[in-house]
Amino acid sequence: MRTATKDLLRLATIGSVDDGKSTLIGRLLVDTRQLFDDQLDAVAAASEKRGVGDLDLSFVTDGLRAEREQGITIDVAYRYATTPTRKFIIADCPGHVQYTGNMATGASTADLALVVLDVASGLKEQTRRHLCIAALLGVRSIIVAVNKMDAVAWSELAFQRVVDEIVTLSRRLGFQSVQIIPVSALLGDNVVEASGNLPWYEGPTVLDALEGSEAGAWEHTTTKGARLPIQWVLRQPGGGRTYAGMVCGDTLRVGDKVTLLPADIETTITAINFAGESIEEATVGLAADIALADETNAGRGDLIATKPLPKVLNEIHTTICWFGEKPLHVGRRMRMKHTTKATPVRVKTINGVIDIERLDIDESTSLATNEIGLATLQTADLMVVDDYRTNRVTGSFVLIDEATNATVAAGMVGRASFL
Amino acid sequence: MTTIPPRPPNRTDHLDLLESHAIFILREVVAECERPVLLFSGGKDSAVLLHLAVKAFAPQQLPFPVMHIDTGQNFTEVLDFRDRTVERIAARLIVAKVQDTIDQGKVVDPGLLGSRNRLQTVTLLDAINDNNFDAAFGGARRDEDKARAKERILSFRDTFGQWDPRQQRPELWQLYQGKVNPGEHVRAFPLSDWTELDIWQYIEREQMDLPSIYFAHERDVVLRDGMWLAVGPFVEARDDEEVVRLSVRFRTVGDANCTGAVLSSASTLVSIIDEITLANVSERGATRGDDKFSETAMEDRKREGYF
Repeated sequence: MRTATKDLLRLATIGSVDDGKSTLIGRLLVDTRQLFDDQLDAVAAASEKRGVGDLDLSFVTDGLRAEREQGITIDVAYRYATTPTRKFIIADCPGHVQYTGNMATGASTADLALVVLDVASGLKEQTRRHLCIAALLGVRSIIVAVNKMDAVAWSELAFQRVVDEIVTLSRRLGFQSVQIIPVSALLGDNVVEASGNLPWYEGPTVLDALEGSEAGAWEHTTTKGARLPIQWVLRQPGGGRTYAGMVCGDTLRVGDKVTLLPADIETTITAINFAGESIEEATVGLAADIALADETNAGRGDLIATKPLPKVLNEIHTTICWFGEKPLHVGRRMRMKHTTKATPVRVKTINGVIDIERLDIDESTSLATNEIGLATLQTADLMVVDDYRTNRVTGSFVLIDEATNATVAAGMVGRASFL
Repeated sequence: MTTIPPRPPNRTDHLDLLESHAIFILREVVAECERPVLLFSGGKDSAVLLHLAVKAFAPQQLPFPVMHIDTGQNFTEVLDFRDRTVERIAARLIVAKVQDTIDQGKVVDPGLLGSRNRLQTVTLLDAINDNNFDAAFGGARRDEDKARAKERILSFRDTFGQWDPRQQRPELWQLYQGKVNPGEHVRAFPLSDWTELDIWQYIEREQMDLPSIYFAHERDVVLRDGMWLAVGPFVEARDDEEVVRLSVRFRTVGDANCTGAVLSSASTLVSIIDEITLANVSERGATRGDDKFSETAMEDRKREGYF
């Protein structure tokens, strides 16, 4: 156990309210014995107190007082599960439309989305919305648990009708891996244990599918350019500096030719350290620090890159999820945080709003709360960006209200191909 | 449907990824905030946090002080560990004492044997205000409690130090946003995604120093409310309680009068990991009286500004 190395898979659960997301996660944790006895006892006691039966599995993740009182999920709950070869980080996301920002929080770092829907009602608008947001956020694999099969007498026909809907939408959204599984989260069928009620189904359980999925997909990008956004400059004993940051895109090695941006200075990596110790290469996800051959005045917010190089821009075409309480209009000034750099920004144009039902762009010059649209932003400083589809780190940003410091939007450079 | 082509095997395991993520968060907060501080209790989680902070800024000195909220009801082994650790890394230590808060008349003294657990919040918030800290690193993990499972990695606190679970900032990607107005602060939890087992595996991998009470030892204990409490300056055996000498260790370290010991013979890191792998009670469930007040004890305390 202690010597086995594990990989790390991050997943987000998405879907509409009342389709059973929290119950499914509760079932998954209980049936894989991730919960301790006292945690199960607490869930049983809370269930009894609210008159919802012996063991309401949704109480495993709905931990806030208001959530238990209202029977809904308000914010993302993070849960952890371990199998002999893998650690899972599970973000259980809320279903209600007013908590879209919280759902996007959970999905933004996910390697995979676990979609839960009710077989009787199929793809609800909120599920379509979540799938659209997941696709925009670059999630490429989904596992769809078609839930409440017990309520339709385990009907293959009912399942197949939902499968057709999902396949059509998934093709449109460009998911690369789609697994659709009939389950009953309430009774446990096909969550961890294969179901005896579904003789017509021969595919994997939800746990099988999770164990077989690609870990680290989040960091997996389509270009091979390595990037190191500089977080902090470390002074080395005996003079000299190293530049600290988390590597993304590809591995950096000693001897690599790199370009410091936006200054556009070409130089070479002379040393790589991790935690004060010298190493030969820094793989994706490592918080390393690197030394460069030439004296530069590089600092926080600058970026070190290998080819193909990112773009240097002060006018950026973006896709924006707007979380502000009042609508976003052209001319609005905010602060952008992109990688390790913050800069003032102004909305130059709003180029339309996404119609979630039709997956099309409607004309609009403003964005209401929780709407997703296209906008062109002008930045005060030169920004070093990749298209979000090629690099999720250098292609993403948030917008911040200058007065309250609230995060009011999540943004991605470029636009999704399905739009 | 098509499947994604397999990638070359990962050269980094889950501990490497958790470690780098925590180092990244430490650096982001230090870069974005004016006056950070690291809350250091001497427990295993804050010991790992401090170890990571040293790594994040090596070979330089730690660019912020560490602060201990001292309830005055500590295990002496933990205070010894605190002092030798701070000395080894040459960090600046601030000790904020709950006794001072009591002496100033801000809270009522619960008496020598009463719990000071909840009073710490006042001491903590005063110390943050007095020192103008705008960011406080803590070693809290999301697997510890259902309210912590809901909290952002950077958790915004208003001028009263309160956490509002219904108004959390969206926290997308790894864009941690720590800007606050004067009087407000953020709590930063770089160990959010670590589990108890991850912590122990990491301690073993790094061969870290820890307070001796984490390892099995002989001690006089009494059984009270289902917990083994160590008999000492803060816990006296009551008339109906029998003092017994047993081989125990502590799974968490809180105040001496509300932290229970577990029966254990695990005296090495390796045997502790084996023990935790097989445990059927959670670490806080096994050992923390302070969580047993109500169903939402942790959420209620966090709203007030607790760790």
